[in-house]
Amino acid sequence: MEKAYINLLYLVSSILFIIGLKLLSHPKTAVRGNFTGALGMFLAVVGVFLEYGTIKQSDIILIGSAILVGTAIGAYIALKVEMTGMPQLVALLNGLGGLASFLVGGNSLMEILETGKNTELLSNLQFTISTAATGIIGAVTLTGSLIAFGKLQGLVSEKAVRYFGDQIVKVLFLIGSIYLGYLNVIEPTKIEWYWYVVLVASILGVLLVMPIGGADMPVVIALLNSYSGLAASATGFVLGNNVLIISGSLVGASGILLTQIMCKAMNRSLPNVLFGGWGAAASTAETGDIYAGKTKATSAEEVAMLLDMAQRVVIVPGYGMAVAQAQHAVRELYNQLTDRNIEVEFAIHPVAGRMPGHMNVLLAEADIPYDKMKEMDEINPTFNTVDVVIINGANDVVNPLAKTDPGSPIAGMPILDVDKAKTIIVIKRSLSPGFAGVPNPLFIQENCLMYFQDGKKATQEIVTALKDT
Amino acid sequence: MEQFVSYLTIFLIAVFVGIEVINRIPPLLHTPLMSGSNAISGITIIGAILTLHASHSWIIQVLGFIAIVGATINVIGGFVVTHRMLGMFKKKD
Repeated sequence: MEKAYINLLYLVSSILFIIGLKLLSHPKTAVRGNFTGALGMFLAVVGVFLEYGTIKQSDIILIGSAILVGTAIGAYIALKVEMTGMPQLVALLNGLGGLASFLVGGNSLMEILETGKNTELLSNLQFTISTAATGIIGAVTLTGSLIAFGKLQGLVSEKAVRYFGDQIVKVLFLIGSIYLGYLNVIEPTKIEWYWYVVLVASILGVLLVMPIGGADMPVVIALLNSYSGLAASATGFVLGNNVLIISGSLVGASGILLTQIMCKAMNRSLPNVLFGGWGAAASTAETGDIYAGKTKATSAEEVAMLLDMAQRVVIVPGYGMAVAQAQHAVRELYNQLTDRNIEVEFAIHPVAGRMPGHMNVLLAEADIPYDKMKEMDEINPTFNTVDVVIINGANDVVNPLAKTDPGSPIAGMPILDVDKAKTIIVIKRSLSPGFAGVPNPLFIQENCLMYFQDGKKATQEIVTALKDT
Repeated sequence: MEQFVSYLTIFLIAVFVGIEVINRIPPLLHTPLMSGSNAISGITIIGAILTLHASHSWIIQVLGFIAIVGATINVIGGFVVTHRMLGMFKKKD
């Protein structure tokens, strides 16, 4: 088919991607948006087959079986994954996108060297530079995502793994991969350079994500999402294909935007996340002194009584709730309370959980209506009319030190103003600090009660106690 | 060079379109947005298919095969999991 028609088809699929993303902006149209994106992808694949022209049977078998294998694996993991495992899955999928990108870059280069066709590309700076870029970004995306996956899955330490001089090592590897990329550009006939680029950039990906702690994961996941888009876009520059450039940059933009939102929600800059050391200095010794017998423990019965008298209750979900898989128990509590005509809402901090919007998904999974999930800016001015606030497994996002202690690692981070509520119930297994590694003076506040228990068990016990009252 | 500038133009315009479109998405839907846009980044599948020619060396075929599998997992996994998630955001009660 004529190239112009194929390009027209690619244009249609690019537009479908944009419309698809646009429709994702409301729960009502989001499902349609997702289908629109999938349709765009389908048309693009149709386009590539048309671009191929006559395909040899052996090619069809090879490509077909690869697509079949990928579809089976992709569908299987997507259908099996628990909603709590969503951040891991997204990290893994990101990584695979990066892998595909740098393999495409390498293949394009090797193909020219082996067939002797299109050799003029080797002296084309756009081709060689973007090939090197594909190698660097793709490889960093792959290994960075794998480490993020490992951290979220608990295979790699969730703590920030730091060592003396780590910043310098990172910078050296960055310079190293760029220098090898430069060698690849000036000497593209030596394919080794490309694979050295990939190798060094792979190590760089590991080095970049290892020192980042669990609390910063929402930023890292968003950033890697952006990288996977940029890697795809770079392959578009390599192959001279607009649909790759456009869709890659859409994803790149989306990732960067989310990264920015997450950084803002923590009042930190991106370089600070990448090179800073939040979570590095968690000194548990001093936390004990601060609490020293000043916290008040409570029981399910007492909480039930408080709730029974309340008119307005706000629940603050955190990663602890996710780990305990407590969202369904929370739904049960929500039912019990709304049955008694108590107004129940959920206060969701932007960085609660392990990826942007993670809490919303978990609550939605448990059938909590989405209009009950309130964003921080919306609910903060209303906390003084809240009778009981239940903090389930959240810590740093409700820590008043963010406002009062300029020297604290979380200084300036916008928090949920739970301290203004009449009574605060904190469900937490122990007094251990959150990921920021700082104690939380909220716990010794006059109106704060500690319920030391697993998030799920505690909620279930409160529900049982409520039924008895 | 001319070609490069036109690609760069497309790239930058798409970035701005992306930012405009995505800026309007509420935090409620940030996770589906991520997994959905993640699926779109699997567009590399186009490149992977294009570089797989059975006539060439086995190494290109093997790498091309892996690239297609990886990109397909990214695409299918991304769209399916987004669909699953969005199903939960349906209006209840």
